[in-house]
Amino acid sequence: MSTRRYALAAIAAALFAGSAVAKDYELLNVSYDPTRELYQEYNAEFASYWKQQHPDDSVKVQQSHGGSGKQGRSVIDGLRADVVTLALAGDIDEIANLGKLLPTDWQKRLPDASTPYTSTIVFLVRKGNPKGIKDWGDLVKEGVSVITPNPKTSGGARWNFLAAYAYGLKANNGDEAKAKAYVKDLFQHVPVLDTGARGSTITFVNNGQGDVLLAWENEAHLALKEDGGADKFDIVVPSLSILAEPPVAVVDKNAEKKGTTAIATAYLEHLYSPAGQEIAAKNFYRPRNADIAKKYEATFPKLNLVTIDKDFGGWKTAQPKFFNDGGVFDQIYQAQ
Amino acid sequence: MSRRISPVIPGFGLTLGYTLVYLSLIVLIPLAAMFVNAAQLSLEQLWAIVTAPRVLAALKLSFGTALYAAVLNGVIGTLLAWVLVRYSFPGRRIIDAMIDLPFALPTAVAGIALTALYAPAGLVGQFATDLGFKIAYTPLGITLALTFVTLPFVVRTVQPVLADIPREVEEAAACLGARPWQVFRHILAPALLPAWLTGFALAFARGVGEYGSVIFIAGNMPMKTEILPLLIMVKLDQYDYTGATAIGVLMLVVSFILLLLINLLQRRIETP
Repeated sequence: MSTRRYALAAIAAALFAGSAVAKDYELLNVSYDPTRELYQEYNAEFASYWKQQHPDDSVKVQQSHGGSGKQGRSVIDGLRADVVTLALAGDIDEIANLGKLLPTDWQKRLPDASTPYTSTIVFLVRKGNPKGIKDWGDLVKEGVSVITPNPKTSGGARWNFLAAYAYGLKANNGDEAKAKAYVKDLFQHVPVLDTGARGSTITFVNNGQGDVLLAWENEAHLALKEDGGADKFDIVVPSLSILAEPPVAVVDKNAEKKGTTAIATAYLEHLYSPAGQEIAAKNFYRPRNADIAKKYEATFPKLNLVTIDKDFGGWKTAQPKFFNDGGVFDQIYQAQ
Repeated sequence: MSRRISPVIPGFGLTLGYTLVYLSLIVLIPLAAMFVNAAQLSLEQLWAIVTAPRVLAALKLSFGTALYAAVLNGVIGTLLAWVLVRYSFPGRRIIDAMIDLPFALPTAVAGIALTALYAPAGLVGQFATDLGFKIAYTPLGITLALTFVTLPFVVRTVQPVLADIPREVEEAAACLGARPWQVFRHILAPALLPAWLTGFALAFARGVGEYGSVIFIAGNMPMKTEILPLLIMVKLDQYDYTGATAIGVLMLVVSFILLLLINLLQRRIETP
């Protein structure tokens, strides 16, 4: 038995010796819902970038998309992701805590808290803005119906919720009770809670529900770009929103097992390069690189942005307070 | 005299062993794992989870809509089976084949298509809006999706039984003076009932656990249109594995009791 294994190893070694450096890489990038288009474009860019430096290698990057929490759970349960690019740091924290697949201080390993691009939450309204929606306060007016996914199941919806809450705090000089009353009022205007951001976009765009869609900035732009979208919808940028930081990380244990640590790290680092940043901006994610940001400043209007770490004490505090069982979101519906 | 008739499939030991291994791998072990996982909770914790108002509302909704859908399919499915067996018309075979489509179609596709049609602005939904009610995003929409997904069960269980009842039996009854409803009540119904109950139970059980097609049309409003499988997903998204299994156990126990009752009822009908 063991002789056979040695023989196999010998053959394998001989094969690899023939091409000492050439390697076939297959990376798996486990991401959240709206990044499909971004990573399709970026994967091609990265493959050609890697090929320039390692002409003998072949690189194939596979992508998997779904709700951020669900994706995180798949990785914990054994999906062999080399890198994760999820909607919330909280989901990667769980991969570190529950799955023990990467160190808990993963977010310090790459610049900008491991977030190569950011986004924010904006309003998508029907063309001409018939309900005259300009800011968060207009969402709770009589007869306005608001579409947002369920914060319990959607990462994007959690950013929506926190942005609304931040507005509630600001409009009421930091009074938490009044901020809660505002989000409660807001959710009285929500007729459908889809499980994910894409589901909500379908409800709003294809099924014609609601007057306002609370959406990722990139999703809103994508809806405009789709055929005829620009004739049907407008984007409204509110006075205040949240800086959504979807982070990226190498899943150490998986990459070590597959021998892809170096290339997986390069894959994420290249996101910060001008080429990577340009692709992010083209796909309507706000780039970190100041030059690229300047080039695309017409696409990304300036607005007041609160952040999860400064204003909500990070996901470790915000998740249990707002979204776990019995949290602020549940209280909205419990009283009914 | 005592010579045993040799069975078609040889080896009682072999076949039983195979059955047990198969059942264990596919059904028993996963279910047992769920119970083991839920056993991490104390009884009070388990009770607190399964009696939370949202869980109870979802329980009522999931089992209620599944029941309505099964009853609806019980009636319409029998009618469909009747038409397909007793009449021959052009296109019958095509319609017959179409009955199975809800099984083949990915449930999410069905859900999205039904939602697009029955949403308040949709092709069909707009008429409902004119009449002052909504179909999608209400329990009615959930029932509709479940009716679609479970359509084949009653048709496919009733169809062969119906085909086996010779027409002469009905004719004989009619000759003896039975009115049409008497023929149905005393001749057809007793023959069909066991198969019908099987189809009904299958449709009901499938409806209770259905997720993919319902999630798009339900609207998922807490306390109103939130189904139990969604609550399980919600718990999982909080990485609350034990909470999720607790609801899973609840669903399993309730379903098992209901299916057992249907089974007993069937027994009583078959052995008067």
